[in-house]
Amino acid sequence: MSATGLDVEDLTVSLGGRAVLDRVDLHVDPSESVALLGPSGVGKSTLLRAVAGLVTADAGRVSWDGVDLTDVPAHRRRIGLVFQDAVLFPQRDVAGNVAYGLEASGRRGSHVGREVERLLDLVDLSGFARRPVDTLSGGQAQRVALARALAPRPLLLLLDEPFGALDRDLRERLGIEVRGLLRTLGIPAIHVTHDPAEADLVADRVLTLEAGDHGARLAAT
Amino acid sequence: MGPGDVALTVVDRTRALPRPARAAGVGGRARVQPPPGRWFALLPALFVGVFFLWPLVTVLLRGFTPAGLGVLGEASTWRVLRFTTVQALISTAATLALGLPAAYAVHRLDFRGRRSVRALLTVPFVLPTVVVGAAFRAILPTSWDGTLAAIVVAHVFFNLAVVIRVVGGFWTHLDDRYEQAARTLGAGPVTVWRTVTWPLLRPAVLAASALVFLFTFTSFGVVLVLGGPTTTTLEVEIYRRTVQLFDLPGAATLCMLQILAVVAVLVVAGRLQRLLTVRQRLTRAAVAVRPVRSGTERAVVGLTLLEAVLVALPLLALLAESLRVGDRWGLDWWRALGVDGPTTRDVAAWSSVRVSLGYAVGAVVIAVVVGGAAACAIAYARRGGALLDSGLMLPLGTSAVTVGFGLLITFARPPLDLRGSWIIVPIGQALVAIPLVVRTVLPVLRSLDPRLREVAATLGSSPARTWRTIDMPVLSRALGVGAGFAAAVSLGEFGATSFLARTDAPTLPVQIGRLLQRPGEVNSGQAAALSVVLVVVTALAVLVTERLRQPGAGSL
Repeated sequence: MSATGLDVEDLTVSLGGRAVLDRVDLHVDPSESVALLGPSGVGKSTLLRAVAGLVTADAGRVSWDGVDLTDVPAHRRRIGLVFQDAVLFPQRDVAGNVAYGLEASGRRGSHVGREVERLLDLVDLSGFARRPVDTLSGGQAQRVALARALAPRPLLLLLDEPFGALDRDLRERLGIEVRGLLRTLGIPAIHVTHDPAEADLVADRVLTLEAGDHGARLAAT
Repeated sequence: MGPGDVALTVVDRTRALPRPARAAGVGGRARVQPPPGRWFALLPALFVGVFFLWPLVTVLLRGFTPAGLGVLGEASTWRVLRFTTVQALISTAATLALGLPAAYAVHRLDFRGRRSVRALLTVPFVLPTVVVGAAFRAILPTSWDGTLAAIVVAHVFFNLAVVIRVVGGFWTHLDDRYEQAARTLGAGPVTVWRTVTWPLLRPAVLAASALVFLFTFTSFGVVLVLGGPTTTTLEVEIYRRTVQLFDLPGAATLCMLQILAVVAVLVVAGRLQRLLTVRQRLTRAAVAVRPVRSGTERAVVGLTLLEAVLVALPLLALLAESLRVGDRWGLDWWRALGVDGPTTRDVAAWSSVRVSLGYAVGAVVIAVVVGGAAACAIAYARRGGALLDSGLMLPLGTSAVTVGFGLLITFARPPLDLRGSWIIVPIGQALVAIPLVVRTVLPVLRSLDPRLREVAATLGSSPARTWRTIDMPVLSRALGVGAGFAAAVSLGEFGATSFLARTDAPTLPVQIGRLLQRPGEVNSGQAAALSVVLVVVTALAVLVTERLRQPGAGSL
């Protein structure tokens, strides 16, 4: 087992008394993008949420570069998450959303402004800084969510069907763009999808989560 | 693979289906939680315990004396209870009869002036009860004084807004495709109403009826001004026994009787509501209004326009009366507002504007802080939220006169002697306003997407900062609306305040009530002028607080 990158060992999660994940093992190298396939409802999102620290595991271990993260709360893990439907903060404009993570780490002033500009440029939304988030299209909202997640420079980015709500053409184009972007920035990612074609497009490696008797298990393809 | 295998696979797949990720965010094992509810529960529990439950218990204990219980043997007590119930039933029925067509017209039909009519019809809701009483005294013939009809008319005027808001608010989100489906199945308009619309609408109608019944059953200001010796409610009788007869045990017994009646109504309404509620999907956005088509719809719109005129009439009459001096027009009554009377009790009526505003500031601060904390406590509670919720609703179910009376007799002696302290008035008013603040804020907090907190956490935001940046902006906007309600309640509150306000510093409604009880044109003219002032001040307070919530300009 490698000492660098993400290591998930024997991860078992149940929600409301129902077994969801059954002893899942997963390794992600610091330089790779992994796609996670599986039928809807099988537990892909739960796996991401457990890695991000949003749900407590019954058993197992999550670590980064050999450091145990299991008991580290979500806000100290430095693991970013992009939901399927953006979940932008409605009371903040586009720039305010992107700046959120920077401000959380105590950064203030002109540095934040420049960084936000650079990130919006990166996702092809320069000039959108002052737009209210409810005026964005689905694709634009998802780009803002991506910029927001990248802003605090996460060690790892989790993408939970980030383009699932978009039409096929846009989904493929954004998928390729995001892959290029993450490669440039050197940020590894786990990209959840239920579309095998999309999985091949966005990732170096494809894993499948399959339903089992005591929760879902991971199978390599 | 045989057919049996397929079946097995299907079974397995269903067993393996976990709850959706969204539900996990609020589930027991989710790690990113809102702050613990119990921290927030402390203040409201303490406030309601000290300033509501303790006085309530004190009142009840006062009633459990031979002298107090003797009231139950008097025939007049049962006459008052009967009249209270009968007038409430008639008022509720009449309000529904006029309110339902109007609710339909202003929420589902498109006609010129629809928005203005809707706004106008909901104005009476924030009007102080005393002003409503005064307005109807100004337009009704003197022969109506002290009659059931006068009380019912005023109650309908006051409560139309409740039916239009509660039922109309539900009606706008009632998916009209159910009705369209029924029509394509061959149902005529009457059948559609009977078999589809009415069953779906019934829970909202019941909720509105229960509210109207409670408001009219515990009506104080309107009945005090328009009622007579035989046409009086329990609420007014409690007041009369306390202030005029100094029969505290008798008043306490009547308070108890009233609480029992109110609780009984709430229980029955709750039961019925659960029985009648149909699980249905309401539309997210308001259903679009459509043009008036049939003759029936034209009649409904006509009736609604007539109601709007009838609602505007008493307000205009009030203005006219304040300017009518004998048989000419003049500002005499307005000028008289600034003149002190012969005794220290008769302070210049104008001074009560300052008094009312001062108390309103206090009441709004208390109601927003306590109500806001209570809403957070209920929204964040893992258990016990429902208990706190109903505990806070109690003051709304208890009559304002009982609240005022309880505060008066509880805090007139050690350990906490608040007689002559100004704070007792805003406390009493806040008790009445807090349930409204909670009702305004709670749905907003509950509708906050839990994933917003999760996103904040993955971006490195600590729980404290997450509460400040995610919950707080939403909370403060909702509290702005709540503050508007609290200000309107405080400015117009009459039942509790009439017990608590110092005689040399009456609030606007108390001063108006005093003027109305004295004979002569000088007094009724001043009462009308002061009522106009109260309406304007209330409207301004509501507008200013509503404006306060705008700076974020969010789009929730």
